[in-house]
Amino acid sequence: MSISPDDIQKIARLSRLQIEDDKVEKLSGDINNILGLVDQLQQADTSNVAPMAHPLDAVQTLRADQVTETNQRDKYQRVAPATEDGLFLVPKVIE
Amino acid sequence: MLELTIQELAKGLRDKEFTSVELTQAYLDRIDKLDSKINSYITVSKEQALANAAAADEKIAAGDTGLWTGIPFAHKDIFCTEGTLTTCGSKMLHNFEPPYNATVAQNFIDAGAVCLGKTNMDEFAMGSTNESSYYGKVINPWSGDKHLVPGGSSGGSAAAVAARLAPVATGTDTGGSIRQPAAFCGLTGLKPTYGRVSRYGMIAFASSLDQGGPMAKTAEDCAAMLQVMAGHDAKDSTSIDKEVPDYLAALSGDLSGLKIGLPKEYFNEHLNPEIAKVLDEAIEVLKGKGVEFKEVSLPNSQLGVPAYYVIAPAEASANLSRFDGVRYGYRCEEPNDLMDMYLRSRSEGFGDEVKRRIMVGTYALSAGYYDAYYNKAMQVRRLIKNDFENAFKDVDFILGPTTPSPAFGFGEKGDDPVQMYLEDVYTITANLAGIPAMSLPAGTVDGLPCGIQLLGNYFDEARMLNVGYAFQQETEWHKQRPENSLTELSA
Repeated sequence: MSISPDDIQKIARLSRLQIEDDKVEKLSGDINNILGLVDQLQQADTSNVAPMAHPLDAVQTLRADQVTETNQRDKYQRVAPATEDGLFLVPKVIE
Repeated sequence: MLELTIQELAKGLRDKEFTSVELTQAYLDRIDKLDSKINSYITVSKEQALANAAAADEKIAAGDTGLWTGIPFAHKDIFCTEGTLTTCGSKMLHNFEPPYNATVAQNFIDAGAVCLGKTNMDEFAMGSTNESSYYGKVINPWSGDKHLVPGGSSGGSAAAVAARLAPVATGTDTGGSIRQPAAFCGLTGLKPTYGRVSRYGMIAFASSLDQGGPMAKTAEDCAAMLQVMAGHDAKDSTSIDKEVPDYLAALSGDLSGLKIGLPKEYFNEHLNPEIAKVLDEAIEVLKGKGVEFKEVSLPNSQLGVPAYYVIAPAEASANLSRFDGVRYGYRCEEPNDLMDMYLRSRSEGFGDEVKRRIMVGTYALSAGYYDAYYNKAMQVRRLIKNDFENAFKDVDFILGPTTPSPAFGFGEKGDDPVQMYLEDVYTITANLAGIPAMSLPAGTVDGLPCGIQLLGNYFDEARMLNVGYAFQQETEWHKQRPENSLTELSA
């Protein structure tokens, strides 16, 4: 499989990234090389092999449904780029 | 003082040969004098370290006997440290002072250890050379006239310990990021079993592969560190609830009856002949300790790098979607609208390698490609795990090289990312299978340190550390240190 410069812009958009025009060609070359490496996987016979999500096949642990966290909003918001009255500020979303 | 082990430092503190303040100050002075040459630290926590050292001295005077009380160390800048800048090597987190501690960071605080600062790393742990750090590349302290890479991504931790700018340091390993820099800098480094060390507060790269671990001069110091780092953590849902053995007590040096496998897929014409020689000598040393060697096979090992470069980018693309310029981290100037803010904050905040991996991962997970890439890679991952499980029916450990070559020069591998990715061929399968693996200094190639790698079965860290300990009882490689203008020795 090979991806084109147009695909690069589409993937960049999905990734919420901007790629400058003069970098698209190099990047599509790099990504095609990576996909070429990855295509070696197709050699492997994986019929009847279950995908492995956790090395020890552990399952999600559960905890009691109890409140353990206290409200630390102010502390957590100190690292935010912009806040007001306890709210995160972002550019206007709805006109 | 710079060459003492953690246990010897603890004894020195207890016997009043030196105080924690003196010890901490000695390291801070060396950092001051030498780190500008190797750039191993992003942040040096001078005042905090001295205050913690003074507190430790009071505790010791009052009879505290904890091994770690007053012992200085450094954290890779991937572990969240409350109130102390935590960048993950990225512009994205150039101003991030976490409001909480990673469990590993809290464990060292609880143990009374003194954090000297935060070490440099490849951006978001993506790299094998430390060139991708926003805070400048780290120089390998073993470099001569030509600057060499320290390895990565935990290259700052490795360089700091090798240059004696910290007695030990934490690292993280997603595809070799503890073991490869340990090998390049002449250190001992252990990637534990997946789930042994909590990932809570360890900034995520590829969550099913990431694991924190120790980087030190010796297996003994790695054991002392793992004792602090390991354990179940309810805050990490993939952490395993299994008793932590006494790693230091396991260091008997007795290897009689142990069987170690040599994979025929590693010992072939592709193996660097100089590294083959180092391995042969190490095998002889271990035979002398009563170890029996036999050939084993890991038939799918060549599929490790391809599987990794689907799984790691896929998980990274999901994990790094959290960096949106809203709640913390970098936000672009004067965004026009929400989409503009996302696009520019991420494009300006991330470096090229991170962007490349996010895009590969996004592509691999996108509609229509999931089965061909991600699902296939997860199936291959099980084949790799099965290879190890079969091998461990016959042998206790597997031995091989850590890296295809010793440390190389900056830019020497060209700018094709795939060439760089293949550097991790020997380390990546341990992450895919989730097994523990350790790199030990075992010789030199062209005057540079060379590592060998032990791979072990799940949760077999204690016995693995004992193999390293026994090897280091018989050899001096771990005592080698760079002696050049970068490190200006003085005890």
